[in-house]
Parts: sequence; structure tokens; C-alpha cells
Amino acid sequence: MGEMEQMKKEAEALKTQIEAARKAVHDTDMASAASGVAPAPRVQLKTRKNLKGHLAKIYAMHWSTDNRLMVSASQDGKLLIWDSHTGNKVNAVPLKSSWVMTCAYAPSGNLVASGGLDNMCTVYNLKTPVIKTVKELDAHTGYLSCARFLSDTEILTASGDTTCALWDLETGKQKTVFLNHVGDCMCLSLSPDMNSFVSGACDSLAKLWDIRDGQCKQTFQGHTSDINAISFLPSGNAFITGSDDCTCKMYDLRADQEVIGYQDAALNSGVTSLALSMSARLIFAGYDDFNCNIWDSLKGEKVGVLSGHDNRVSCTGVPPDGMCVCTGSWDSFLKIWN
Amino acid sequence: MSSKMQSSNNIAQARRTVQQLRVEANIERIKVSKASADLMNYCSEHAKYDPLLMGIPASENPFKDRKPCTIL
Repeated sequence: MGEMEQMKKEAEALKTQIEAARKAVHDTDMASAASGVAPAPRVQLKTRKNLKGHLAKIYAMHWSTDNRLMVSASQDGKLLIWDSHTGNKVNAVPLKSSWVMTCAYAPSGNLVASGGLDNMCTVYNLKTPVIKTVKELDAHTGYLSCARFLSDTEILTASGDTTCALWDLETGKQKTVFLNHVGDCMCLSLSPDMNSFVSGACDSLAKLWDIRDGQCKQTFQGHTSDINAISFLPSGNAFITGSDDCTCKMYDLRADQEVIGYQDAALNSGVTSLALSMSARLIFAGYDDFNCNIWDSLKGEKVGVLSGHDNRVSCTGVPPDGMCVCTGSWDSFLKIWN
Repeated sequence: MSSKMQSSNNIAQARRTVQQLRVEANIERIKVSKASADLMNYCSEHAKYDPLLMGIPASENPFKDRKPCTIL
């Protein structure tokens, strides 16, 4: 038997082994296990703030760790820094390329980053007297879909070139490249302990990576289309994904599989974004149909909806203290709800 | 690309695929019942601290617009 034949056989055998091992631990699913849990209350949130300022579609937003400031990115070619308590714009950062797809706030509050169809991740210092570009991270060969700071010296990126990368912000170079997806990487989420992250891609797979050794540790299947959004649970043992297949799913790391799905026959719009409430009981998922649906993460039931945008909800975020949820839309507005 | 290079590329790719599958096959898995129980515990322990689940009194809501009071 040629080596190629042998490799193919071994690959098939390993896939079968993985499926069998997953089945062996699949003694229930989350919804059944949670059947005795009291349902989450019907969640009715009001729009507290309508943030007007962008002149075109908003593609991304990210909360600062201070629970008050947030950054948003629009294809009007600007990043805006907002004080969410007053609704005032604190800063505007003009972008070299208006085709922005992602933005991020560093945990320190000192830096923000953006990137998109320019294939680059640009990092800005907010604390200098005039906002300065501190680095242009240029090595991806495809669009930048997501960026997240680990600190003021390290940032993770996801790209349409099918890779994710960890960058050293002092040298501006890639420290580690994460290779394994076969479709555009669309999103990433850092684990609470910062030792790993999960990524979602157009190959409909989610992958868990070890940040330090660069290895893909686990691959999660189930979605049937691009995964656009991903978020670790604060417990660190599970994550939620949102996809163009109109569903969200929760995957558990230790069970190595999907444990519950969030879908509704009436919903036939893709999921663009998602965020979790502080206890992880509520999932806020933004859809192409202009709404943000609220799901009970344990029971898989829809418990509310945030309606008010006049176009696709493109981004969603809950600040670390869990005091509100922010939605951003192609209608150029951001809304704060609680 | 010569066909020899192509086939050695394919074999290299196949080796990487098998190597990756070996890593993924060799992990320890826990039962979904245990994973679910741990998650349910996490949610119930943190529920009382979850403002969006519990509701926020108007006086403690930093996003609620303050309306001026008139003393009549």
C-alpha cells in the first residue's frame, strides 16, 4: 500500500475513533439536563442610549474594561470612542482604509486596534496628546476579520487568509501563526485564563488553540455554514458560536462536542454577532434580520428580542460588569439596552 | 510544479492531517451530563450578580437618563 493510501486509511480510522469517543460520553444534552432548572425570566430591555455619529454601516464594537468607554468601527472610515454613560464621543480616529471589519480595546485602555480589507491590523495609542498610530501589523494575506489584545504588548488576529496570528507589539512581527482552518477565519475569543483561544471560520468549524505552542487542540463540528461569531463562557469550559446557518451552538471543551443548539424554524437569517450576560445564562445574538434575539443558554429557548435597528445588527457586546448590552448596526447607530 | 513535487506536497499534507487527528483523538473527554451540571452550577452561582437577568433599579442604572425633578 502506498504511503498516501496508508495515511488516508489512518485518517478515516482516527475520525471514526473521535466520533465514537464523543458518542460514548453523550449521555444527555444540556436542554434535557436543565429540564429541572427554573426558566429564565422573560427579558424585556429598553433602549437607554442611541449613539449617533457614524455616517455609514457599523461593523464592529468592543467595550473597554472600565465598563464605560467603548470603541466602534464604521465604513465611514472612523473609529469612534464613546462614553456610554453620557452618549458623548470622546475620540475619533480617522482610518487610512475605510474598509474596516474589526476593532478592539486593549485591557489597559491605552490602545485600540482596527483592521479589515487592508489585510493589516493598525494599533493606535489613545493616551498620547494626539492619537498616534503605534504599529501597522502587516503579514496576513487576507482581510482582518477580528483582533483582540492580550495586553499592551500582544494581540491576536483572525484573517480571511485562513490563519490566526499572535503578534508582538514591540517588534510588530508575528510570534506564532495558527494554521489549520481551511476557510476564512471570521472570529476569535480568548479564554478567561488567556492560555488559549477559540476561532470560527468559513469552513463551518470552530477550533481551540494553545496560544503558547501554536497547536490546534480540538476541532468542533456541527454548523453547516460560516461561523461569524464566537464567545468563550466566563467559566472557561465552553463557548458559543453563531453562524450563517441561522443557529447558535454551545460547545463544551471537556466533552469535546456540541451540547445544545439555539434555533427556531421561524428564524432564517444568519447570526452576525453574539455576547453573553455575566452569569452566561443569557445569550444576545445579532441577526441579519435587524433583530437581536435573547436565548436562555441552558434551556435553548428564546426569552426576548431587541428590536429597533433599521438594518442588520452587525455587532453586540456586554461590558465586563454585565450592566447592559450594546448593539451596533448597518443602520449606523449603536444602541445601549438594559 | 513537477508531479513529483506535487505528490510529495500531498503526502506532507496528509501526514499533517493524520498528526492533527492523532492530537484530537487522544484527549480525555467527560460526560455531557457532568459538563452540563458544571455549567448549570456556574449559572446559578452567578445569577444573582447578573444585572441583565436580575434587573437594575433605576437609581443604580448609569445608562438611564436622569430626568430633572420639580418640587411643586
